[in-house]
Amino acid sequence: MIRTENIEKSFGDNYVLKGISTEFFAGKPNLIIGSSGAGKTVLLKLLIGLFKPDSGKVFYGDTDIFSLEAKELRAIRMRIGMLFQGNALFDSMTVGENIRFPMDMFTRRTLKEKTMRVDECLEMVNMEGINDRYPSEVSGGMQKRVGIARSMVLEPDYLFCDEPNSGLDPQTSILIDELICDLTTRNNITTVINTHDMNSVMGIGENIILMKDGHVAWRGDKTQVLESDNQVLEDFIFASPFLRRLRADALKLRHSEE
Amino acid sequence: MLIDTFLFHFGRYVLLLKSAVAKPERFSMYYKETIRQMDAIGVGSVFIVLLISVFIGMVTAVQFADQLGDSFIPAYYIGYIVRDITIIEMAPTITCLVLAGKVGSNLAAEIGGMRQKEHIDAMEIMGVNTAAYLIMPKLVAAVVVIPLLVAISAFVSIIGGYVATVLPGDLSHTEYVLGLRTFFVPRYVFMMFVKAAVFAFLLTSISCYLGYYVKGGSIELGEASTNAVVVSNVLILLFDFIIALLLT
Repeated sequence: MIRTENIEKSFGDNYVLKGISTEFFAGKPNLIIGSSGAGKTVLLKLLIGLFKPDSGKVFYGDTDIFSLEAKELRAIRMRIGMLFQGNALFDSMTVGENIRFPMDMFTRRTLKEKTMRVDECLEMVNMEGINDRYPSEVSGGMQKRVGIARSMVLEPDYLFCDEPNSGLDPQTSILIDELICDLTTRNNITTVINTHDMNSVMGIGENIILMKDGHVAWRGDKTQVLESDNQVLEDFIFASPFLRRLRADALKLRHSEE
Repeated sequence: MLIDTFLFHFGRYVLLLKSAVAKPERFSMYYKETIRQMDAIGVGSVFIVLLISVFIGMVTAVQFADQLGDSFIPAYYIGYIVRDITIIEMAPTITCLVLAGKVGSNLAAEIGGMRQKEHIDAMEIMGVNTAAYLIMPKLVAAVVVIPLLVAISAFVSIIGGYVATVLPGDLSHTEYVLGLRTFFVPRYVFMMFVKAAVFAFLLTSISCYLGYYVKGGSIELGEASTNAVVVSNVLILLFDFIIALLLT
């Protein structure tokens, strides 16, 4: 589990996070949603220690990561997997080498063992047989999967995904969401997903945190989204008249079923 | 304001170098990367170094042959002058100025591109000491390989001088070789290697620093690349003067 305590962060006069206290649970996808500029990416980068807060704490279990020395922080980071918005696959390496990189760096496994683990990870994301291809030779959706495979290779306890669906078609987005959700529940990982995608919210949102202007504006799960009367949530999720109509119909259907 | 900026960059540069000098997470990975960089910096620069060196030697020889012209100074002095100018100044300084353009801009663009594509963040999150992994192999490779390139440059420049003066008949083979063997001071060769190593360190570390902290998009990346060349060149010339003061 990851817990934040009254996190504040500013860049000059721009106060991006204004006292965020929240929790991200193991074994279920935790979603951070909100409009652009709400502070989602800054919060995500704080959670993984790429930014330091002006005040407040981030606990991994019982450990405040900002009280750690650089070496200790690196040890925690070896338990983290991260899927970047742009995938961040190393262009000069093949898919297999990209996935193998964390093992090359941090384990004493033999080449055979590493190759077997790479194959396992590729199989996990349904991408067998593309070890020798370069990232530029596979599609965006495949790159996402390879990114997930790389983030899972050292069997992390924490998985962070920054906009995992950006640039993908709705069908592929759903597949990626299902994959992340499956890995999270199967391996009991604490997964934090930063997303704009409403399919993700309604599909895998087990713990949703809506941010606005550096605050947590709403918190709940996908089943509560439809019935919430929170205005910020309503404005963000049901932004168009079409979606508002759809929500009204869905609520009507739910009540008639009850 | 200027002093503030200088102190900010100098402080950050020193801290980055401090982080870069750390125990490797996995020695074999650093070794592999160092060999790759040696190939890129060394083998990749041989042709340009040969090309500029041969012209440096030829121009130096032709200019001095013209200036000595009808004077009473013996003709074999041309060989002596070409040798010393090449070893003391031309080979280390001109070669490193050119390498600052070729290698320095390349390193700044490579690391800056990795920063922009979040490769550095990805490595950080994996637990890699990115300052060490991305900078140390380049520094080691440059400090080993660039002095060798400079030695090749000095040798080829001297051959260039020979080609430009002996082949057209301005000077005999015996005179040129006599010049090369006259008043030889081994300390100058030492000075050449000191300069080459210092310049290699400067151009590599500065380029890596500017690339590592690049922000923004392609315009900023281009600026970092250009600044890497400009700052490296200025510092190479400054340190050329300092080393000349200290070692002569």
